[in-house]
Amino acid sequence: MREIALHILDIMQNSVAAGAGRIGVSITADDGAGMITAVIEDNGCGMDEEMLKRVTDPFTTTRTTRKVGLGIPLLKSSCMMSGGSFDITSQKGCGTRVTAVFGKDHIDRPVLGDLAGVIADMSAAFPEIDIRLELKHRDKCFTYSSADAGRILGEVPVSEPAVVKWLKEYIDEGVKHIFGGVLNEIVG
Amino acid sequence: MKSLAELEEIRKRTLDEIKMRTNKDGIRIVVGMATCGIAAGARPVMNRFVEEIAKRRLSDVSVTMTGCIGVCKLEPIVEVINADGTKVTYVKMTPEKASRVVAEHIVNGRVCQDLTIGAAEQAGN
Repeated sequence: MREIALHILDIMQNSVAAGAGRIGVSITADDGAGMITAVIEDNGCGMDEEMLKRVTDPFTTTRTTRKVGLGIPLLKSSCMMSGGSFDITSQKGCGTRVTAVFGKDHIDRPVLGDLAGVIADMSAAFPEIDIRLELKHRDKCFTYSSADAGRILGEVPVSEPAVVKWLKEYIDEGVKHIFGGVLNEIVG
Repeated sequence: MKSLAELEEIRKRTLDEIKMRTNKDGIRIVVGMATCGIAAGARPVMNRFVEEIAKRRLSDVSVTMTGCIGVCKLEPIVEVINADGTKVTYVKMTPEKASRVVAEHIVNGRVCQDLTIGAAEQAGN
């Protein structure tokens, strides 16, 4: 995976498979610690302790088509390579929280990538799920919720091309506002 | 800064457009978006489909995503489900191939045989 946004998209698909009604993505840049933390949290079916222990093992998967599952192991290795850390907690019946920490200025940190596109497309693809995004740096914060957007849109589906395009621009503006000049790849 | 309230404008504008559309089922383009697809470049492929469809103003075509389609070595995989329910599976997609599929298959109804899973399997992939 070349972008943090692609890792997030991948982990969000797990939440979809877990039957989540809400998926929250939060990304926080911390200058002091020199870290960027991404948390993906859902209210899906969760996992028991035994599954949780095995989940970072590439030879664990819930798929039935084959015996390997690489999403979580790839994200974990991506975190580790940039001097960060990885954690996953889950409770059966309550949901799952994945915390991915990257070294903000580490040369091996993947770029943030097209986060706006990922969040907008997920909102369009799964209108029944509330997709939330929260971006934070110091005292600046940007929040988005696809359920809020859906309420304003009423009978117009989020998947309408004009809506998706606008959402991408809207979220992109938020990304630039919060992380411009903070992450090397995003111009301030 | 943009405000979410601007969606209200889009809602009004789009609502009239939607009402004018015929009720017939359109073509669905489904892009495999699991770990395998994402890693192989499914995002740029999906983006290209969305761009081409917006550019050509094809109002009865939808682009969406799904999980793993099951043949990871042939990712990115795209399924085109025609209005009559028949399905064509395109494999090893790229943004360039996506443009071709829109022009030839979606617009003109000619399946791009050389890009299908059938062609890939015959070639011994």
